[in-house]
Amino acid sequence: MRNVKQKVLIYSLSLVIIIVCVFPFYWAVVSSLKSGTDLFKVEFIPGNPAWRNYLEIFKEQPFGRNIFNSVVVAVGTVSLALFLAVTASYALGRVAFRGRTALLVTILAVSMFPQVAVLSGMFELIRAMGLYNNLLGLILSYMIITLPFTVWIMTTFMKQLPKEIEEAAIIDGANTWEICTKIFLPLLWPALVTTGLLAFIAAWNEFLFALTFTIEEKARTVPVAIALMTGASEYELPWGKIMAASVVVTLPLITLVLIFQRRIVSGLTAGAVKG
Amino acid sequence: MASKFRSDLTKERTRAAWVFMLPTLLVISFVAGWPLLRTIWFSFTDASLSNMSAAQFTAFENFEFLFKDSSWGTAVKNTLYFAVISVALETVLGLVIALVLNSQIKGKGLLRTAVLIPWAIPTIVSAKMWGWMLHDVYGVINDMLIWVGFIQQPIAWAADPKLAMISVILVDVWKTTPFMALLLLAGLQLMPQECFEAARVDGIHPIRVFWRVTLPLLKPAIIVAVIFRSLDAMRVFDLIYVLTGGSSETMSMSVYARQQLFDFQNVGVGSAASTLLFLMIGLFTIIFLLFGGIKGDKIK
Amino acid sequence: MKKLLIGLLFLGLIVGGYFYFADGEDNSDNDAVTITCGMVGLEHKTCKEGVALWEKKTGKKAKILPAPNGSNERLTIFQQYLAAGDASIDVYQVDVVWPGLLENHLEDLKKYIPQEELDTYIPTLIENNTVNGRLVAMPWFIQVGFMYYRKDLLEKYNRPVPQTWEEMEETAKIIMEGEKKTGDNIWGYVFQGKAYEGLTCNALEMMNSTKDGGTIIDHKGKITLNNSQAAGVINRLSRWIGTIAPEGVLNYEQEDCRGIFQSGKAVFMRNWPYAWPLLNSDDSPVKGKIGIAPLPKGGKDGHHTGVLGGWNLALSKYSKRKEDAADLIRFLTGKKELRRRAIVGGYFPTIESLYNDKDIVAANPLMKIMKKVLKTITARPGGQTGSKYSQVSSVFWNSVHKTLSKNGTAEENFATAAEKLNSLSKNGTKWY
Repeated sequence: MRNVKQKVLIYSLSLVIIIVCVFPFYWAVVSSLKSGTDLFKVEFIPGNPAWRNYLEIFKEQPFGRNIFNSVVVAVGTVSLALFLAVTASYALGRVAFRGRTALLVTILAVSMFPQVAVLSGMFELIRAMGLYNNLLGLILSYMIITLPFTVWIMTTFMKQLPKEIEEAAIIDGANTWEICTKIFLPLLWPALVTTGLLAFIAAWNEFLFALTFTIEEKARTVPVAIALMTGASEYELPWGKIMAASVVVTLPLITLVLIFQRRIVSGLTAGAVKG
Repeated sequence: MASKFRSDLTKERTRAAWVFMLPTLLVISFVAGWPLLRTIWFSFTDASLSNMSAAQFTAFENFEFLFKDSSWGTAVKNTLYFAVISVALETVLGLVIALVLNSQIKGKGLLRTAVLIPWAIPTIVSAKMWGWMLHDVYGVINDMLIWVGFIQQPIAWAADPKLAMISVILVDVWKTTPFMALLLLAGLQLMPQECFEAARVDGIHPIRVFWRVTLPLLKPAIIVAVIFRSLDAMRVFDLIYVLTGGSSETMSMSVYARQQLFDFQNVGVGSAASTLLFLMIGLFTIIFLLFGGIKGDKIK
Repeated sequence: MKKLLIGLLFLGLIVGGYFYFADGEDNSDNDAVTITCGMVGLEHKTCKEGVALWEKKTGKKAKILPAPNGSNERLTIFQQYLAAGDASIDVYQVDVVWPGLLENHLEDLKKYIPQEELDTYIPTLIENNTVNGRLVAMPWFIQVGFMYYRKDLLEKYNRPVPQTWEEMEETAKIIMEGEKKTGDNIWGYVFQGKAYEGLTCNALEMMNSTKDGGTIIDHKGKITLNNSQAAGVINRLSRWIGTIAPEGVLNYEQEDCRGIFQSGKAVFMRNWPYAWPLLNSDDSPVKGKIGIAPLPKGGKDGHHTGVLGGWNLALSKYSKRKEDAADLIRFLTGKKELRRRAIVGGYFPTIESLYNDKDIVAANPLMKIMKKVLKTITARPGGQTGSKYSQVSSVFWNSVHKTLSKNGTAEENFATAAEKLNSLSKNGTKWY
């Protein structure tokens, strides 16, 4: 009897959780199919779906280019962050050298920087390097967001690898670089996927830096493009299109999440609990 | 292995470790160290956005200004209020979700994906979405609440400063509880299953099990999750910026700093505010780490 | 491992190629004058046409660089560009309240445009753009706040278009009560009450419409906010919240107001002219049922006014092609081009005589209403306060917002605000 009650409780809880989590996204989809006055009405299923919102966001502004930018920035960030994280985490996770803890704490400290605090300094830096309005500038500045946690999570994974493998390799005469790339890297693929995905999402969603370090429409990433979307006149807000754009940006992420949900969970947890 | 060989190896490995660390260290000192030092330096000057190079050293003038400015006081209060309430709610709700996710039910994949959605949506998008849904006249939330019968009149969610803060907190809870839940879920999954098995066989009520076994065992995971989230919550920016604009009644420290930096061109004061925020977060981390460390040891 | 390397290589190629091509585009026309203008729909189109006309006339080249559409974001980015002494943008499109903020970085345009030409512009605008005796921007197009009303409802209750705020309050109450009886909930008045620049505009024009109701800061830079007239106006506005205006106005921007008005849930609305064509679009439930008028007067002895909004063109001090750039500004803000813009895009011209032009009046019915308030337009204290304007405005809107959310009376909040302004201004005399 108690079991049945428990089951009912858990299932209804799950249902509530799913509804609460998914409803706003559903609402975004509904709003994205409205235009004009329909937007100011509450309707749960749009009576007169305005599919053209989806066409217009690509026609009226370089939204395709914005998506491409976001992909370039996110992929660039992931590659750079993973490369750095793998090398650093090998050192941090496998070698017991003096100052290791201090380094780990420093890296953790970086992850605590409020973005606003480094904004003006970062702006100077980007300009000094001539990377203003350039996606490379964004990739570089995103290191401050992604490096700390990629290093931290990869270090945890590195630590978990059995010592015997490494010892065997040393006896076989492999040098450190070979150990890292030939022996550990293949074992770390799952971890790389997880961490990469987290970095991808972080870079894809970043707003403040992307807003500050780009000026031209065609250099913008997606969140900035959405935030700055306007209608035909200065004050008009094209809600339907903003929502359509939001749905377009969020769908790939949801797909990624759907495919990799297990990995994300294990990645998040590895980074947090053991770190 | 001979000890001579071993120590040579250790030396070589230590050297290699530093070489491996080098790129990361370079990048971090470059993109994090330098800007932070600049910000700290600016906080002691009268730098203005329109003429940064002419900045003059003014010692603690900016900090004095902050202590006198009532808006900064409000911003600090708001930030702490936001952090405490939202993290508390997220912890409780996160625990509930984690427990559900950890139970033996069908369709877990679906649930897990659903839970990850709020987290995957860009903050700027979800803030706008919620602003839209919370609109007092044509927002869907009021509509549903009236339909259910919870309220008679539509509520102006983002209008009154107090209510606006609550709305901000609710949206944040929606967005970050999943993250919290996942951190806690990890803790749950690491627990020895034997305890629960034994409790179940003995027929102990699940609620008792929760209070007596699960919660104490989960404490370290909760503490870590709370630390992570609190530090994050103290930096809150986009949500408040999008949902409530430039009202000094609902401003957080980050929003205040941005306003000084860019809207008011007071790079000096803005940097000072950022520096204080950074110091505060650092201080909290140290406190949390000490506190968390002690507790963690006791449980072990 | 190989796969990873190949992947990275491939990625490098994509990224490299992308930047190669992106750079190639930018280097193509190095001696073109670069202008940032028209970031939104129609504005962009009209600006492009204007620039093309200039190119045709002079045989020179110009390039349009779109900037962020959000006014705040645009300012931030311009400030950063200018602070860095960047020469890549020659002509900036600047808001009417920015001249004071950006003055340090802008050229004096009196050097390039003869005085008699300047004299044809609306004096308030030239005054607004003159900082420290230097004309740092040319007025391009303007807008003011208008009162939108429901023609059908006024007729139904047999009420005239309100001439004073008091009349509006009365009419709003009558219609609200009347509609309630038939089961329709309708609000009396919606305006922009969120704590942002829009609230400064709304509150200031209401204060300014009363006799001696005043300004935040007068022409000479003296703080005038703390007076009983102004406080009375804001106290009245505060009383309206929850009675004739929904509590939600405390978080409304332009579009929130339009949404309510367009769905037929408000009798009166204060908004910028952009809303007019949208409210009259085919799917609008209030199409044909609405009217537009100058904002009401504050009492019988007050006057109709509206806060000045709009955009100017300014020349960067760091430009390397100042002569050409100034010529482009002169062309775009010249009478002929302003006339074209008024007819094609409905933009309110900045030269007074154009409001008598038949073609312009025929193209846009709002021109006539605008003409009525031209002489009494209210400028925000951007010029007087220079780089401090955003702070002044934020102090002001916060004090008004506080009063509207029933947190203290206007007298109390204005007293505190005046003190704050005083400390901002080095004792109420010098702002920069």
